[in-house]
This record gives sequence, structure tokens and C-alpha cells, in this order.
Amino acid sequence: MTTKPDLSGNRQLGDKAFGGLAIGAAALVLLILALIAITMTNRARPVLGHMGLDFFTSSKWSEHDNIFGALPFIWGTVYTAAIAVVLAVPVSIGVALFITQIAPPWLKRPLVYLIDLLAVVPSVVFGLWGVLMLAPHLNRSFLTAGIILAIMIVPIITSLAREVIETTAQSDKEAAYALGATRWEMINAAVIPHAKGGLVGAVMLGLGRAMGETIAAALVIGSSAQIALNPLKSGDSMPAVIANQWGEASDLQKSALIGLAVTLFAMTIIVNLVASRIVQRSMQKTRGA
Amino acid sequence: MVVNSAKPTSVAVTKTPVRTNAPSVPELRPSMLEALMTAPTVYEVSNLDVFYGSYKAVRGVNMTIRKNQITAFIGPSGCGKTTVLRCLNRMNDLIPGARIEGKVLYHGVDLYAPDVSATEVRRRVGMVFQKPNPFPKSIYDNIAYGPRINGIRDRKKLDEIVERSLRSAALWDEVKDRLGTSALGMSGGQQQRLCIARTIAVEPEVVLMDEPCSALDPIATARIEELMRELKQKYTIVIVTHNMQQAARTSDCTAFYTAELDQAGERFGQLVEYDVTAKIFSNPSDTRTENYITGRFG
Amino acid sequence: MVMPQELARALELRPRRTWRTTKNTIMTGLLGGAVVVVAIPLVLVMISVFAKGGAILFAHFPKFLTADIPPTRVAGPGMGPAIIGTLMITGMATVIAVPLGVMGAIYLHEYGGQSKFAQLVRFMAMVMTGVPSIVMGLFIYIVWTLNFKLQGFGGALALACLMLPIVISASEQMLKLVPNGLREASYALGATKARTILTIVLPAASSGIVSGSLLAVARAAGETAPLLFTIGATRVLNTSLFHGDDTALSARIFENAKEAVASAQERGWGAALALVLLTFTLTVIARVITALATRRK
Repeated sequence: MTTKPDLSGNRQLGDKAFGGLAIGAAALVLLILALIAITMTNRARPVLGHMGLDFFTSSKWSEHDNIFGALPFIWGTVYTAAIAVVLAVPVSIGVALFITQIAPPWLKRPLVYLIDLLAVVPSVVFGLWGVLMLAPHLNRSFLTAGIILAIMIVPIITSLAREVIETTAQSDKEAAYALGATRWEMINAAVIPHAKGGLVGAVMLGLGRAMGETIAAALVIGSSAQIALNPLKSGDSMPAVIANQWGEASDLQKSALIGLAVTLFAMTIIVNLVASRIVQRSMQKTRGA
Repeated sequence: MVVNSAKPTSVAVTKTPVRTNAPSVPELRPSMLEALMTAPTVYEVSNLDVFYGSYKAVRGVNMTIRKNQITAFIGPSGCGKTTVLRCLNRMNDLIPGARIEGKVLYHGVDLYAPDVSATEVRRRVGMVFQKPNPFPKSIYDNIAYGPRINGIRDRKKLDEIVERSLRSAALWDEVKDRLGTSALGMSGGQQQRLCIARTIAVEPEVVLMDEPCSALDPIATARIEELMRELKQKYTIVIVTHNMQQAARTSDCTAFYTAELDQAGERFGQLVEYDVTAKIFSNPSDTRTENYITGRFG
Repeated sequence: MVMPQELARALELRPRRTWRTTKNTIMTGLLGGAVVVVAIPLVLVMISVFAKGGAILFAHFPKFLTADIPPTRVAGPGMGPAIIGTLMITGMATVIAVPLGVMGAIYLHEYGGQSKFAQLVRFMAMVMTGVPSIVMGLFIYIVWTLNFKLQGFGGALALACLMLPIVISASEQMLKLVPNGLREASYALGATKARTILTIVLPAASSGIVSGSLLAVARAAGETAPLLFTIGATRVLNTSLFHGDDTALSARIFENAKEAVASAQERGWGAALALVLLTFTLTVIARVITALATRRK
């Protein structure tokens, strides 16, 4: 009769340690985000104590007088991002439609690489080109910044749009063709209605990215704290003013700049959250169907 | 009604007329029968229920599995054969929400006791899967994986183990010159024999096989059945198979499972009859078994 | 069967030019135009970078890559410290972010699955990818630079924070692609979870993880804002990440772009070319690794 086998595991320590490391690494994400929120709000407190809610509503920003109103920069951020989106979205969706519906197979890969190339170029190189090659012709303004931002967000909108468009059911497309539709009519009838939700999400993600983009904007926006509707006027945006003024900022000014960063953080997070919820829901809807 | 025997019932096998569609079975002489029934117990399964979350997927399994025998689980799809098989080496632990009630005793040790380590269980009970799953490594490294886990580092010993395992799996002559090449470059039948070699390289006591031939052609299947007959001299084998003829040809004992509907209309798997193979296929006690083996359903 | 011309004409099956087909052509043209519109700035930027940057980089090769950075108003090549800085800072960021990111992905796929905590981490990682790089830079400034002064390592930390969520997401995707049969085979042989992950799962996912990480590195190498607050500025080579100011290509390009003097601007173009070449190389290597891996399968 065999003796009872020993099945207790005592070599499990390494296994447990590994699992602990894994969960620790994952928790790091939560830790970092929490720390960002806490430490930065903390550092922004001096200026908020000094200015109160006027920080968000005042349009005067003067280091000398210790008055810091964020409104021109909030405006600049939103306005340049809006311009960027208006310029980039038709182009991106057009490119996405072209790549997915019109381009012959041999053209698809090179086009995708083209978009990837655009994504790989560092933003500071676009900024350099913008300030040295574009600004002399267009002057530094909201518009110039918007153009540079548009160039930079095209890849992200395009690739997301491509993903969403490719979930269109083949049967829907064939139904349109079977009724004698031209290709554009098929796109209008089958692809666009299906992809609408996801495209909205893609646009919002592009918006979020444009809002957070610092360097390109900093170089070409003009750095004047004014609220103007005329896109040809120069202005400033939150990330740009932080980058440009940090070097010689006083302590209170630094606090104000951090306050701007917190505001920017909050705004981009909200936009990104809404965007990804929209994209998720549209992807689910199509897969479920 | 339902015959749920803990031991195979013995019956003197005479030349009972074999029903026309039942697979033919090698004749069982009384001496062999006695040997079968007195072999030492390896597994004692009592009142086993398997749950996935709150869904009771398999109900009330009782059986004894004995040393150096081939036990076959047969039955239509979805009646719990693989589920019960995977309980024998705690592979069901990997499925979230899976749990059991009842007992699975391995040499008297409750496999599901809290102080029992699943990893240790699996070192003694190996498994060959339906779809061959060699690691994307060399043939040598595939076989050496198990021994290396057990701490064997010496190159010579590993070489020995690799050769021995490949010979036992009837694969050595085919691959001895290319042990360093990727295992993924072999045919399906070779890959499955590699998986068998890999499993026996760690010298388990039991080898569980989950439909090992279902992805293979008939020639490869025949070779693996041959292999099984050789392997049973050293190992205890439990095999799930869809192929009744395979069970009839190769196994000593057969367990027939089926799926039933309970009062709530939920489907569950159940062990109908468990007995010496010869009896199951020539003179089953339950009509459901008879219907299955004569091909009336399933 | 080929229809005779007359019969086809009778059945009116030839393509007709109507408003609908014209519209189709116009829209196709517009969509193609979109592609051209996208290509134009890329081409223009590349021309400027290669022409102007090449002028100083190749004309003064290899001095441009090795010499110290001359003062702003002094003409002449020299970006050595920035190149070394970029390599060292990005390298350190990679060493921090990739192992942590891969371990995080391992937790998400191999341990956490769909648990509440894992879903939370996944969600937060996605949120983290949307954090503007300038916010990361200020964050590290507050928690590190204020305590440890300006140094290259602070920049590396900021870049690592930017890379982490990207590495986690990409790696998790790669882990998902490893067939479960491999894991089962390993467990059935009595391997522990850790061993299975380290010896079977990670090697199987390695090519995807490496190429995903390379893309994250390329992104990080091009980032400017996080470095502005953390590394300071210097014109001479600093071989230590922990002592003293450092510089990098991206930061240098930013500084030089703001200058009005040609001497600084032309160095800016040269630095831009160096940076573009670096990021392109990393991207190409990543794509090659992916292509090789898929071909092997």
C-alpha cells in the first residue's frame, strides 16, 4: 500500500512574491494619478487663496501686479483646439474613408504608413517648422497655432476613425450596392450612419489631445493674453503660457501656472472620459449587432 | 434506473450475442477480470458535483479509478466528461467561478483540501489536451521543461530524460536528429506525441487525456492508441473520447456519461454507468448506455 | 457569356453619366484630396528638416553630433550634449517604465482579469494616457525636482510616467494574443503561475511587447514639455543623470526655435533632423520586429 502522498505546497513563496509585484505595478497607475491630483492642487492653493474664484473668471494676467486671471488662457486653449478640430476632422475622416473604402489594396499600406509617419514626428519639430516657416507668412495667431495642432491631431483621429469605419457590416455595404448605389452613396448610406457615434468619439479624443499640446502651440500662438474671436489675432493657451513663463516666474506666479495646469488637467480628463465612453459604446453596439 | 456503481460490477462474460451496432470488444477472460478488480485504487470519487458559479453542471459522480488501467469516459457532447476529467488534476481551478462539492480522493488524500497545492497535484497527474499545444520552443526544450521545473539542471540527465520520453512516445527515431528545431514544425500527430512525451517526462503516476486524437487523422490516431497500450504498463490513464470504438478497443473500464434536464429545465451532466469495458459494450445495464453504444443516438 | 454590343445597348447596361455618378466622382476626388492635404505638411516639414538640418548635420559630420553646444549667438555645429542627453534620459525612462508597465499588464491579464480592481486600473491607465505632458512635467517638478534639484533623472521620471500607461495597454494586448493552450500545458506539467508567465507567456508575447515598447520610447524621445521643468539646461556634456543640469534634443529645439538669430536656428534644424532620425529609426525597428514575428507564424 503506498504511503499518502504529500501534496502540500511549500515552494509557493516565489510565486506569491511575483503576484505581489504584479499587483503593485498595476496599483502604481492609481497612485500616480492620485498624487498628481493631490500635489498639484496643493501647489495651486496659494494663488487660489489669493485670487479666489476670480482666478477662473478674470482676464487680467500681470506678474507685476500679482493678478492672475486664467480666462484668456482657457479661452486660448479651447479656441485653438476648436480651430484644430474644425480643420482636422474633415481631412481625417476623408483620409479614413479613402483608405478604407476607396484605396486599392496596394495603396492602403503606404497610406497607413504615411499617417503613422505624421504621428511619429515629434511635436517640437512641427513647432520649429511652424515658427520658422509658417509664422513669417501667417503671423503668430490662434489660426497658426490651430493649423499646427490640426496637423498633429490628424493621425489620432484618422486611425480611430479607420477602426470605427471598418466595423461596418459587410452585409450593410452589399445591401446598398445591390440597390444600385454608387460608392459614395453606399458610404453615405451604410458607413457613415454606422460610424457616426464612434467618429464623434474620435473627434473628441482629438480635441483632448489638441487641448493638451504644449510645445507647438507655445511657439506659434503669439503669447499675448487677450480674448479675441478673430483667429488672426495672437493669443495664448494654458500649456503655452506655462511653458513660456515658467523660467522667470515668481513663486506666486509659479503657483498660478500650476493652477493653470490643474485646470488643463481637469478639462482634458473630462473630454477624454466622455470621448472614450462614446467610442466604447459605439464599438459595443456594432459588435453586439 | 441509474446505475452509479463505485466499483465495476463483475459479471461472468459469456458469448452474449453482440448487438449489431455495438463496437466489438476483445473477449474478457475471468482471470483478467479479477486482475482488473483487485488493482490498487488511485482515485476515489464520491458524490462529485461541479459548479460553474451557481450552475451545477455535473451532478453526483461516483467512481473508482485503478492503477495501470485505461479508463475511458464516453458519452455525447456536453455531458461533463471533460469537466470531471479536469477535476482529477485540479485544472478546473483555472476557470473563474468553478468549484466542486463532494470528494476526490487521490491515494486517500482529498485533492481539494485547503492545504493541498494544485501545482503539486499536477506534478503527479499529467494531462494531454485535445488540441496539441507544444510550446514555441525546440523539441528538446519542450520535453525538458517539466524536468527543469523539478530542479533537474544537469545536461546529461536531461538528455537521458528527453531520449527516454521520446522513445516511450514512439517519436525518438523521427526527431532524434532535430531535437533543436522548433516543435511547431512537426505534423499534428507528431506534436501530440510530443505532448505525450512532455507529459511523461516528469514521470507522473496518472496521465489524463482529453480527446487526444480528435484533431488527428486515423493513422496518427492508431499510433497513439498503440502508445496508450504500452504506456498503461507504467501509468494510469484516464481518457475522454468521442470515439466509442476507441474506448472499446483500448480501455479496461468505461464510464458512460449523458446529459439530462432537471425540473428547472437546466441541463446537467451525469455518470450513467461505470463498468468493465467488456460489460458496457456487450451487456450494459442501462438503456441509455445501450442506446448510445448501438448508435440509436449520440 | 459575353453580351453582344447591340444587346447590351438595348438593355442599357452601359455606365451612364448622371448627376449621381458625377457626384460620386467629385466625392472620390475630395476624399483623395484629403489625403493630399495631409501629405502636404508632412512633405513640407520633412523637406525643411532634411534640407536645413542636413545642411549643418552632414556638412559638419561628425562634429555636429559630438561637439558641445556653442552659445546662442555663435554660429557653428554642436549638439553632442543634447544627443547624449536624449539617449540617456529616454533610456533611463525606458528602464523604469517598461518593466513596470509589463508587470502591470501581467497583473491585468493573468491575475486580475475582469475583477473590479483590474477594471479600475485599466480605466485609470486610459485616463493616464490623456494627461498632457506638461502636467506630468510639473508633477515631477513638484515631487522630485524641488527635493533633488534639476537633473536628468527627473526628466526620466516624467517621461516614464508618460510611457507607463502606453506600455501597459500595448503589453496587455500582446498577452491576450498568447493562446491559452500554452498556459494550460504549462500548468498541467506542474508549473507555478509565475514560472508559466516568465518562461512561456512572456517569451511568446515578447516580440509584440518589444515593438510596442519601442513605439513608446520613440514618443518619449520626442517629448519636450516634461523636460522643461525638470532637467534644467546646459551646453556641455553631462554624463550623470543625477548631478547637475542636463539637456536633450527636444528641449534644445524648443529653445533654439525661440531665438531670432540664424546661428541658433540652424542648430535647431540640425537637432530636429537628429531627433527625427532617432524616432524614425525606433519606429522602423519596431515595425520590422512585428513583421518578422508575424512571418514566423
